[in-house]
Amino acid sequence: MSEDLNELYQSIILDHNKAPRNYGLLDAPTHKAEGYNPICGDKIIVTLQLDTERFKEVRFQTASCAICKASASIMAVALRGKYLSELEVLEILLNKLLAGEELDGNALSTNSDLAALSGVSKFPSRIKCAKLPWQTLHSALKNPI
Amino acid sequence: MLRTVITVDTFDFTRIRANFPILSSEVRGKPLTYLDNAATSQKPTSVIEAVEHYYRAENSNIHRGVHYLSEQATDAYEIARRKVASFIGAHDTDEVIFVRGATEGINLIAHGFIESILTAGDEILISHMEHHANIVPWQIAAEKTGAILKVIPVNDSGELDLEAFQSLLSERTKLLSIVHISNALGTINPVKAMIDAAHARGVPVLLDAAQSTPHMPVSVSELDCDFMVFSGHKICGPTGIGVLWGKRTWLEKLPPYQSGGDMIEKVDFEGTTYKGIPGKFEAGTPHIEGVLGLGAAIDYMSSMDRIGALAHESALLKAATDALLEIEGLRIIGTAANKASVISFLIDEIHPHDIGTFLDADGVAIRAGHHCTQPLLKRFGVPATARASFAFYNDFDDVDRLVTAVRKLKKFF
Repeated sequence: MSEDLNELYQSIILDHNKAPRNYGLLDAPTHKAEGYNPICGDKIIVTLQLDTERFKEVRFQTASCAICKASASIMAVALRGKYLSELEVLEILLNKLLAGEELDGNALSTNSDLAALSGVSKFPSRIKCAKLPWQTLHSALKNPI
Repeated sequence: MLRTVITVDTFDFTRIRANFPILSSEVRGKPLTYLDNAATSQKPTSVIEAVEHYYRAENSNIHRGVHYLSEQATDAYEIARRKVASFIGAHDTDEVIFVRGATEGINLIAHGFIESILTAGDEILISHMEHHANIVPWQIAAEKTGAILKVIPVNDSGELDLEAFQSLLSERTKLLSIVHISNALGTINPVKAMIDAAHARGVPVLLDAAQSTPHMPVSVSELDCDFMVFSGHKICGPTGIGVLWGKRTWLEKLPPYQSGGDMIEKVDFEGTTYKGIPGKFEAGTPHIEGVLGLGAAIDYMSSMDRIGALAHESALLKAATDALLEIEGLRIIGTAANKASVISFLIDEIHPHDIGTFLDADGVAIRAGHHCTQPLLKRFGVPATARASFAFYNDFDDVDRLVTAVRKLKKFF
């Protein structure tokens, strides 16, 4: 078992994959979008309820790999009750993690599940898997129902 | 362990492996186990050297210079065309058109059919197991002309429904475009019988031989197809070069695909006349290094005992299939009776992407995804599979390493 592989499939990631949080679709979402990865055929549906500028709830459904599913699950949990402006902060953090940049301890400790995606940076072909839920979230935000 | 299972395997793969420098390399600190041959094959030293030799000693444009180098390059280019003709059993060298690959070959035919054959209500017949390259050009053709795309269904084993095929052939069918070997499942289709049946109804046939040319001799004169396409990079040649072969009568009937230099006879603002085949379809400076590399690849493939190679691949397929099926939760998609050395598989709920990344850490290169056959995978109710595909240069150690890595992965997830 290589170290890189252990880092990619950290226990937090495997846990979110096996038991994804906020899995399923909202009955009455304010926003909804489908995302595809044309290279591998992965699919995700993101639904959310936005209360003015605030995420009330985010739920999703995927037919995808562990990295995509875990990233979606982590995203859904992280966004609950957050303001739209905080999404940007999370994404800056995510992009730094996926680029393999070192982060300060404070940012890591307040977003420990998100930080578990750091192992993806060693696998360039898998970065798109981790990003797909977040890209689909943006499509949803542009697509009010 | 697996080696003892195989009793008949006389193909000399040890000598052959030494011809492929990349096969002795390491990836991620592990010996490379290259099982993504359906995506592209590795290259023998002779092909690598042919490409290098062209740039070191022969580099020049073809069909236009009067100087020594240009004559040399032109000769080498045209000799390669003759090698291709002989490789695919074509009697007329002019019927060999160099294109970028099987995809461009199909696009060329589709373009010609859009321009001068298809009209509203005509039918184009393909199958449910086609690669996107043999679906999308015909969808576009249908859209542009009002023709209708008909699809031969596939059964649960991944074989074509031949009865349905017969009933789908009609007087409106203008072309049957069919894959010889499925890239996703490995199914070998009974194309000779299908070509005969199509011809009996006056329907011409385009054969997608991208996956069959790497595994077996394919003769256009024996099969009597009307068009055939394949890609150089899948038969140990360079990327970006492939072949469209067509019967002379057809190629003469179809309009040029691209236009410009080298494809003309005479250009005048009052009107331009084109070269005959093959020049009519080869506008611009071609992929000369690719053609020379392809020539070297064909020399290599032809120097090999191809029947022995096929038997060796079948032995690898059987060993890998048997060993993989012993793993609980593993299922194989595509179980046709007549199959090339391609294994598409799934393990429990583990996504093929995760399988691919995990195996890669052990140096085992497979493909994970939809293999450019989304309609086919949808037919089997899965968005993706993991695919191990074997070439003649693979050996039983490769099978062992695949199976060991898959067993390890099962424990992990």
